[in-house]
Amino acid sequence: MKTVMGIINLQEENSLIREMTDRRAVESMPFAGRYRLIDFTLSSMVNSGISNVGVMLPDKPRSVLDHLRSGKDWDLARRHDGLFYLPAPQQESTIRKGDLKNFYHNLDFFEHSTQKYVLLTSGSFVYNIDFSQLLRFHQNTGADITMVYHTVNEETTGKNVVIETAENGLVTDIAEKPAVYDGSQVSMSVYLMEKRIFVEMVRFTYEHGGQDLLMDGIIRRASEYNIYACEHDGYVAHVDSTAAYYKSNMDILQPKVWEELFMGENSIYTKVKDEVPVQYKETAEVKNSLIANGCVVRGEVENSILFRGVKVGKDVKIKNSIIMQKCDIQEGSLIENVICDKNVVITKEKWLKGAQNYPLIVTKNVVI
Amino acid sequence: MRKTECLAMILAGGQGSRLGALTKKIAKPAVPFGGKYRIIDFPLSNCANSGIDKVGVLTQYRPLELHNYLASGSAWDLDKKEGGIFILPPYAREKGADWYRGTADAIYQNLNFIDLTDPEYVLILSGDHIYTMDYSWMLEAHKMNKAEATIGVIEVPWDEAPRFGIMNTDKDGRIEEFEEKPANPKSNLASMGIYIFNKSFLKKYLEDDAKDETSSHDFGKNIIPKMLADKARLYSYAFDGYWKDVGTIESLWQANMDLLQDVPPFEINGDWKICSCNPSMPPHYIGPDAKVKNSMVSEGSMILGEVENSVIFPGVRIGKGAKVTNSVVMPSTVIRDNAVVDYAIIAQNCEIAEGAKVSGEKGAITVVAEGETVLTEAGSKQAG
Repeated sequence: MKTVMGIINLQEENSLIREMTDRRAVESMPFAGRYRLIDFTLSSMVNSGISNVGVMLPDKPRSVLDHLRSGKDWDLARRHDGLFYLPAPQQESTIRKGDLKNFYHNLDFFEHSTQKYVLLTSGSFVYNIDFSQLLRFHQNTGADITMVYHTVNEETTGKNVVIETAENGLVTDIAEKPAVYDGSQVSMSVYLMEKRIFVEMVRFTYEHGGQDLLMDGIIRRASEYNIYACEHDGYVAHVDSTAAYYKSNMDILQPKVWEELFMGENSIYTKVKDEVPVQYKETAEVKNSLIANGCVVRGEVENSILFRGVKVGKDVKIKNSIIMQKCDIQEGSLIENVICDKNVVITKEKWLKGAQNYPLIVTKNVVI
Repeated sequence: MRKTECLAMILAGGQGSRLGALTKKIAKPAVPFGGKYRIIDFPLSNCANSGIDKVGVLTQYRPLELHNYLASGSAWDLDKKEGGIFILPPYAREKGADWYRGTADAIYQNLNFIDLTDPEYVLILSGDHIYTMDYSWMLEAHKMNKAEATIGVIEVPWDEAPRFGIMNTDKDGRIEEFEEKPANPKSNLASMGIYIFNKSFLKKYLEDDAKDETSSHDFGKNIIPKMLADKARLYSYAFDGYWKDVGTIESLWQANMDLLQDVPPFEINGDWKICSCNPSMPPHYIGPDAKVKNSMVSEGSMILGEVENSVIFPGVRIGKGAKVTNSVVMPSTVIRDNAVVDYAIIAQNCEIAEGAKVSGEKGAITVVAEGETVLTEAGSKQAG
């Protein structure tokens, strides 16, 4: 995998998840009690042996920069290669939309890297994948581009790239669709190709008026390439809406998913905080929940996820909720189907309730 | 190397034989404590938080795991371009090799390291106490008193005083007399094993002590009494926070239990962060039928049974119907369904089989040693 460089594209559109991405990119959304979404892709890359990773910064880069810093927590603070930030070009230098211009303006980085292959990914997926199998598959098939997909088993709406494949994995159709059905093969936004092909794709497409790498570079030009796809049969979630965010967090409460994502041979790394273990006091009552270090629990918690450093007061009841870092839920409050963003304070004896399929969102730093 | 104001030297070579089964494979400072820490995290974090950025760690007994744990010191922000952490095991010289023969000898053998870092003051710490302390205040006091040596002291209950090294001081805190484990103590100020010395002063006494063949090369037994006999300026520095010597099974268990108080005896979650090597593990999972009360639980654990008055380290599995009470369960141990654990310390990577029973009682904590499997029963006194 020393021959592969990784790219994480953080330019994803995030209109469906606006309440929580007002001040941060989707990819730096807190997830599963202590992680940020980008940790999954980045850790998968590092565990696969990739040691040169470029991060295409989003429009609101602060939270991503604050999280990744030197890349030390992912072992990417290296003397050679390591973590690179690829900022978007100055706005006035171009009037074009889309992410392609960012790749185009950062072509230097790709050309100067020594690796032969480029692994292009998005940072808004939850998975734990060994990409070295993908490279082997790519080399065996002699494909120009190899992508990773998963087969969905339920109907959902929302933009998805759906593919059709022949038995040997050859992609016969690739298109962006507004909904998927049971059995659809959906792209996980992972594309492996030789750097030479990638650079040519970016340059040619941009210079011919393209805007979006996926749409203009790959989908429209699909017939020019020999594209293969490889199936991932493990856990996958694409966090592209509030509903998907809520559901995928709740998925982690299934011990099977928890084990698969986090407790296998390949760990998921994140920024280290040195929090103390969770302190459960005399009146604590916790069931089917994920509780991160630094929490102090005196009340009841059920089917919920508490991030680092949350305080749960006496006689509090938290049910089916996601409570982010450093929230303070004070005595006697009732919280059900709620997502509390960071640093929220719920003062004594407040009742907050969302619906099962439409959680109530309390934005960052709010005091109720 | 740039001149240093204060160099810390942590004595971490002790076997900790009174911890029995827990230190069969690892040195005492590497023994897990408090749900995610190891004992040495406390002096190391204290150093880092006190602004001391050159720390020598003297190792000797079973150092492998300790060395591995300390690594580059980055967990304590001690991976510096100049300074940081220095691991100092005994080494061979042209005329053969010596083990560290005592606390003073260990420092003596590293005098060339001390010269290299060129400090004004040397802070000597031991790697087997649990406390949070700002050493910079002690150093301030040392300078104000124009002392040649300052010894950290803490008030202990009078009836326990005969177990400690006791300092008798005048009203300004100058030490007049030092008694090692006195039968009839004149004071209840016990030495915490924390010393600040002026470097040149310390060097002279260590060199003299090294030549003395009758000496047991110990700070408490030899160096301090010699300094006092010479009427040197020795001052005490009183510390009034939580301080616990965790040298025995009972005291280690008790110190873990102390953390479970509604308000822990020292602020473990405050600004004075205790740093440690964090495992890359997810938040722990509490199952649908689990009960967790008055306990500490760390990352990566899965609790399906009952846990009460216990400290659970990372990566522990507690099966359905299992009951863990009044116990300390160290990393990656598996307690299977319906097993019962009471008044016990279970070391790392153990397995308590389905329905098995490990039980001790207060004052006779049962210990299961690292990597052991308990198939049916382990009880009173020390198994394994």
